[in-house]
Amino acid sequence: MLETVLADAAENLYPARMQMALSLGWHIVFSCFGMAFPLIVVFTEWRAHRRGNPDLLELAHTWAKAMGVLFAAGAVSGTLLSFEMGILWPGLMEPFGEVFGFPFVLEGYAFFVEAIFVGIYLFGWNRMSARAHMLSALPMIVSGLAGAFFVIAANAWMNNPTGFSLDATGRVVDADPVGAMFGPSTWPQFVHMTLAAYMVAGFSIASVYAIGMLRGRRDRYHRFGLMIPLTVAAIATPIQIGVGDWIANVVAENQPVKLAAMEGLYRTQAAAPLSLGGIYIDDELRWSLEVPWGLSLLVTHDPNGVVIGLDSVAPELRPPVNVVHLAYNTMVGIGSALLLLALWLAWTWWRHHRMPASPWFLRAVAVSGAAAVLAMEAGWVTTEVGRQPFIVYGVLRTADAVNPAPGLYLGFYAVVVIYIGLTVLTVYVLRRLARSHSTPAPQDVEELSLR
Amino acid sequence: MNLAEVVLGIMFVGLIAYGLFGGADFGAGIWDLLAGGTRGGKRQRDLIEHSIGPVWEANHVWLIFVLVVLWTGFSGAFVSVTTTLYVPLTLAAFGMIGRGAAFAFRKSVTELGMRRFLGALFALSSLVTPYFLGTVVGGVASGRVPPGIAAGDVVTSWVNPTAALGGVLAVLVCAYLAAVFLCADARRAGAADLADGFRLRALGTAAVTGAVGLGGFFVLRADAPLLFAGLTGRGLPVVVVSVLAGLAAIALLVLRRFAAARVASALAVATILIGWAVAQYPYLLPPVLTIEAAARGRATLTATLVVLIGGSVILLPALVYLYTLFQRAEHDAAEKVDA
Repeated sequence: MLETVLADAAENLYPARMQMALSLGWHIVFSCFGMAFPLIVVFTEWRAHRRGNPDLLELAHTWAKAMGVLFAAGAVSGTLLSFEMGILWPGLMEPFGEVFGFPFVLEGYAFFVEAIFVGIYLFGWNRMSARAHMLSALPMIVSGLAGAFFVIAANAWMNNPTGFSLDATGRVVDADPVGAMFGPSTWPQFVHMTLAAYMVAGFSIASVYAIGMLRGRRDRYHRFGLMIPLTVAAIATPIQIGVGDWIANVVAENQPVKLAAMEGLYRTQAAAPLSLGGIYIDDELRWSLEVPWGLSLLVTHDPNGVVIGLDSVAPELRPPVNVVHLAYNTMVGIGSALLLLALWLAWTWWRHHRMPASPWFLRAVAVSGAAAVLAMEAGWVTTEVGRQPFIVYGVLRTADAVNPAPGLYLGFYAVVVIYIGLTVLTVYVLRRLARSHSTPAPQDVEELSLR
Repeated sequence: MNLAEVVLGIMFVGLIAYGLFGGADFGAGIWDLLAGGTRGGKRQRDLIEHSIGPVWEANHVWLIFVLVVLWTGFSGAFVSVTTTLYVPLTLAAFGMIGRGAAFAFRKSVTELGMRRFLGALFALSSLVTPYFLGTVVGGVASGRVPPGIAAGDVVTSWVNPTAALGGVLAVLVCAYLAAVFLCADARRAGAADLADGFRLRALGTAAVTGAVGLGGFFVLRADAPLLFAGLTGRGLPVVVVSVLAGLAAIALLVLRRFAAARVASALAVATILIGWAVAQYPYLLPPVLTIEAAARGRATLTATLVVLIGGSVILLPALVYLYTLFQRAEHDAAEKVDA
């Protein structure tokens, strides 16, 4: 009996991880817009009213509808995730639900309030006074950020579990759900993710208008559509680079093996170099570009500081190094490129009070959206795969958390099909909205005529 | 009542709200499915879309509540349900995705073929999702979900007479609620013929639901004796209230008192769910796991209770604001038409 259960668990592990990765990796893009888009929309609406500018007002209305589309897609994909927590990972929820499940209760409220006010905000367009309408957006902005905080608090707990102890038999005792929300990773992860959300939303929206301008539509509407979100993203980018240093130090302190995998560092050593690129084969990083003392400087702020390597733990306790290292390098590489784009914009604006005239600037902005999404996904892969083989770092292995029920792996194929359909549909509706601004949002209510 | 029961009780209020609001939402989709051809059913579908448009997202968050309170306060019981009953739960989740996405995006689409596809997806998933959720209730209530990870049979736990009864009743109740709710909406929109149509459907569904419910007692007596004993014992007063409220709702529908019929119908449906809870009390997973045994640490339950109460203080006014804003706009629009 036990053997069949174990066989099923082994059969389920990989599909369950892929199903979770697909569901989360899809949802996280829409969460970024849920966090960052409301503020961009309301800021634009506020500018439109202040300047009495109809272009800006139309832009704000179109964005509000796009926000509604993205919110609806995020909401349906989020529903699946809450099922998957229990269906795929019972070995995580059973012992630890009482420790880290609590922020999800808070998130339930935050999401509920956000859903209500997204509805009110879209419904209230042209139905409420400008002031009341913009005020109604406030709960939407706050609850979007609060919801993200709660979800990230739960994820940060999986990276640095706190707020409980285990008794002699390994059972959870003294669960402190509030304390568990505020482990060492929570604030750095939240700040990092919030900035990432503003970068993803800002660069993505700007890239839509950059493509439009490259196709010759260089009117005021497109200039605003490019400059407002791009400015938001350009402000977030340099801050993000600084926050990256903070979060790397938190990882080095609390999850040294994850950091070693991120850097592809096998041997624990002093004066460790910073390695860019390369492939990790047989406990060695080959063909990488090395910056002498770089890693020691970054992690310990001392060129001769000691950095812990992968050799500090047994091989079966190490994450898949190549995935983590290359994902991490991808994130940092794209982040640096986006910083250059932000600096280009800032320099031209400072010197000439206009956006750079070169078509290469528009081309760069046009690809910046996809690049920002890729960087965000790479960062997420870094933190999630870097935590392996554990689902709760140092406490519970992912293989011990998966649902052993027979046939579970079939769900993965269904989820692939569903997400392909959902992606096609979302892109289709967003493209339609971009072409024809009168396309209604999911939350819009038209006048009913049945007579 | 101890702390665990209070937390679970509040969760159950969320479940009732989901049953009423989410249920009416699913039911509207079922009537969309049965509205007839593209041309003939257009007015009905317009009314349905208009009625649930601004609230469908909020209507479904109630379920998220039920899930997160269970996994936080009653983690062991939660995973027992999600692992043994993973098949109907996964199918219900897929149904919610299909339904939500199709409904949300269908109005933004103009091509007739695509609109038809999305409309069919919306309507069909509105039918199957409550069925699968109903089988989950039936599986738990008939004692087929033992405590433990994947401890029960992943097939017979939801393919059995009680689960089928739960599924069919869920579908019928959703359809009934939607028909009653749509009566008043249709009348306010000035479509007396549609109101009459939904009134007939409500009465018909009520009759079928009553018959299935009556027959269900025999199913339960044979298939879930413990639940049957609970329903005819401790739960009997609640069952009686449900039947009386149902009869009152029928009378009000006959008299075309649609607003009052809404209240009576909501009471009838809420008491079905309460009857189930009372019948299996004090068990969370009958016949072995009690609420007290399933409850997790005191600190967690206390924190959850504080959030449930504090959060409601924010949430309920916001919800009331949403519904009144929408209803008032409807009212104004109706007056404009009348003037």
